Amino acid sequence: MKKSNPVGAKCYKVFSLIVITLLAIAFAFPLYWIITGSFKTQQAINATVPQWIPQELVSMNYEKLFSRQTAPLWEIGIFKGPVVPAALRWLVNTVFMAVAAMALTCFTAAMAGYALAKKRFIGRSVVFTLIVCAMALPKQVILIPLLREMSDLNLYNTIWAVILPIVGWPFGVFLIKQFAEGIPGEMMEAAKIDGASEWKTFSTIALPMIKPGIGALAIFTFINSWNDYFMQLIMLTSTSNLTISLGIAKLQAENATDFGLIMAGASLAAIPIIVVFLMFQKYFTKGITMGAVKG
Amino acid sequence: MSSNNRMSKALVRRETIAGYAFMIPSLIFFIGFVIYPMVQCVLTSFFDSTMNRDDIFVGLGNYTELFGDSVFMGALWNTVIIVIVSVPVTCIFSLWVSSVIYDLKGPLCSIFRCIFYLPVVTGSVAVTVVWKWMFNNYYGIFNYIGKTTGLIDQNINWLGDERFALGCIILILITTSVGQPIVLYVSALNNVDQSLVEAAEVDGATKIQCFWKIKWPQIMPTTLYILVITTINSFQCFALIQLLTSGGPNHSTDTIMYYIYYNAFKLYRYGYGNAMGVVLAVIIAVLSGIQFKLAKTD
Repeated sequence: MKKSNPVGAKCYKVFSLIVITLLAIAFAFPLYWIITGSFKTQQAINATVPQWIPQELVSMNYEKLFSRQTAPLWEIGIFKGPVVPAALRWLVNTVFMAVAAMALTCFTAAMAGYALAKKRFIGRSVVFTLIVCAMALPKQVILIPLLREMSDLNLYNTIWAVILPIVGWPFGVFLIKQFAEGIPGEMMEAAKIDGASEWKTFSTIALPMIKPGIGALAIFTFINSWNDYFMQLIMLTSTSNLTISLGIAKLQAENATDFGLIMAGASLAAIPIIVVFLMFQKYFTKGITMGAVKG
Repeated sequence: MSSNNRMSKALVRRETIAGYAFMIPSLIFFIGFVIYPMVQCVLTSFFDSTMNRDDIFVGLGNYTELFGDSVFMGALWNTVIIVIVSVPVTCIFSLWVSSVIYDLKGPLCSIFRCIFYLPVVTGSVAVTVVWKWMFNNYYGIFNYIGKTTGLIDQNINWLGDERFALGCIILILITTSVGQPIVLYVSALNNVDQSLVEAAEVDGATKIQCFWKIKWPQIMPTTLYILVITTINSFQCFALIQLLTSGGPNHSTDTIMYYIYYNAFKLYRYGYGNAMGVVLAVIIAVLSGIQFKLAKTD
């Protein structure tokens, strides 16, 4: 390859593509195995020769999953929903957690990111440095103090104990700041001359321009909070307060080798979030890449 | 001049008030649920602290105990192995995949990107339980594949064997880590100044020269970012350990994060766990600093 060698380059490319395709199949395999496993019979799952393509599809594993424990579908104060399989309640909890974390994060980060990018306030660089330093630290090490804090606030074993720290994590502020830096100063000057209030400038000029950033942050927060297993593990204990990931982990601890049942649970946890990811993939990619610029 | 100065002073005050008005909702959460616990983490590390009783000040007691604790040192060593293996493999693998797929025509690139991201989205618990099945002693596909291809002659208890458990965990960790770097590299490679590449090709540069002399320097910031986030993630490896091996067999898969969890939430030794957290944070901070320094001098 001393000189430009189009044939060699082409061969390398085709060869690499074949290898990458094989690797991609390997990467997709666990998901395939979860889904097909959840529909397999006990014999098919425990067969010494694996059934690569299931010969018989059964819903037995899901029936087992749904007949295990029950919980009210929702609980707001003393108002309780109809009694349903606990797994459905876990899904409700998880969706509520992810949506609440997403909405709160977008709301607070949109304003803070805008202020950090566009407002020349005293202490701005201090706040920004604090944010960057906090982001570089491992967020799991604060779990012990967080547990005590949540007990003191009487939020331990409630879904809010998981939501509030997610909202506090400053990645969103950082991300929105990157987007808000693109707002032209002249537009804001013009609004000011027209006598627009600070809030009006933000909501009519800045907000429409950082919308793609907010979209990216929304989907990013949704997926990350759905999968934030460690914090859920520490904060939530009672059956009716579990998230779906946590429920599956408990299921696994109690029925270590009933793989059909565990795969049914894993499907229930994974498929909704994968659908969301595929639907909003474009925003998600944008969020990841924008967060890295000048990272 | 003086009136101008007063004007700008008034302006600064206005900007400051407006700035904090916009910052306040976010700052409440940030200070309340990130900064305050971080400070608490450092403070409590100097106390003997547990449930339902007042903390007792022990000075550096937790730290001296830590460095004499052979299980902690073992966990630290395992964590270092995980980081040393998984970080370079993740970075090189994702750079290679990205360099092949980034200029593919049509939707192919985003399909590949999507597939490599799947293990991340699927979530650590769902991914872990299926790997646990695949590694299973009796029903797992790894033993089946190994035996039919003749690589092994009897079933191996992958996760229950000190020789293999950590390797299995590193393998799973890598499959769940390459998704984000690939997304980042693909976008960085697409942003490389194309006119420079074309000019070099006209001058007769090979593909390899093009890559190292022109593209590599331009994607350096991305590489640095990927190094930092992969290092942080590898240091924090927890869900895999907790769900697959619980640190066993014989502490061979203990990591710092798992040992923190074990001490704080199984033995309720909060102070001791926090001391480990502080040590972990210092290690990560130092490593990130070194990575930045190295990248700057390059």
